[in-house]
Amino acid sequence: METLIFFLFAALALGSGITVVVHRSPIYATLSLVLTLFSMAVLFVLLGAPFVGALQILVYAGAIVVLFLFVIMLLNVQQEESAPARRSAQLVTAILGAIVFLGMFWLAFWRTGLRVGAAPAPPKLTEELVSLKGLAGALFTDYLLPFEIVGLLLLVAVIGATVAARRPGSESSRPEDDYVSGDEPRTDPLLSGPDPRRPSVAEPAYKEAHS
Amino acid sequence: MSVPISWYLLLSAVLFAIGAIGALTRRNGISIFLSVELMLNAANLTLVAYARQWGQHTGQIIVFFVMAVAAAEAAVGLALFIAVFRQRRTIDVNRMNLLQG
Repeated sequence: METLIFFLFAALALGSGITVVVHRSPIYATLSLVLTLFSMAVLFVLLGAPFVGALQILVYAGAIVVLFLFVIMLLNVQQEESAPARRSAQLVTAILGAIVFLGMFWLAFWRTGLRVGAAPAPPKLTEELVSLKGLAGALFTDYLLPFEIVGLLLLVAVIGATVAARRPGSESSRPEDDYVSGDEPRTDPLLSGPDPRRPSVAEPAYKEAHS
Repeated sequence: MSVPISWYLLLSAVLFAIGAIGALTRRNGISIFLSVELMLNAANLTLVAYARQWGQHTGQIIVFFVMAVAAAEAAVGLALFIAVFRQRRTIDVNRMNLLQG
């Protein structure tokens, strides 16, 4: 039964993974990435890591893929655009690179003794291995510092994404200030006096007092 | 009957290679990102498979960190694509040739 589930979802992951790479429309590629992520989550559960599987669905399929879809719809990218020059040479190079990757993986797996058919049997799943309690205990004691660093990384990424995706020149959030965007550097209105292009309410009284 | 761990490793290696081919051949920036996500997931499968094999938590914890880094990477990368699209009206990576002159 476990073997059946493994082969079913492995085939599903492979097929939808190929679709991610091959399909020309980014929307369909993203949706088949969702299918890949779901079948990988099933494989995680089969491997005795149900929390990682749940996290995979929540974080990857729920958050990251939605971000992708949002950006695709925002930018309205339709197809691959540029002409396929040197297409075949690029494909051959990529396949060679993939073969190199596969060889590296194979060597690494060979070194750890996990050959196909000759691997030592994994230990039986215990309560401590599968439960969230053991995982959280390891995460918040031995790996507390990396955990905090990852939190800091996420904070930096949020700030960086906000800064990078902002419309250039619109430094204030008020829409009436947007016409200032352009070449000139913005100056602080409190220090530089009234903007000549903007009608000021206080201006007539100021002129009367000084004329 | 239980599935041998090496089958999981084989599957993750093949998925990683598929993602690598995609990242190297696609021209649409978002498709390249999708391929990179596929590669990250294949690496995650390897980590969980080894965690199962050795009976330890470490692999699963590294998967958490990889997921957090992937989320940060997706957010920053997509923001960069939005910025590039504002400037050049395309996210075709062949046309992002500002630095080569």
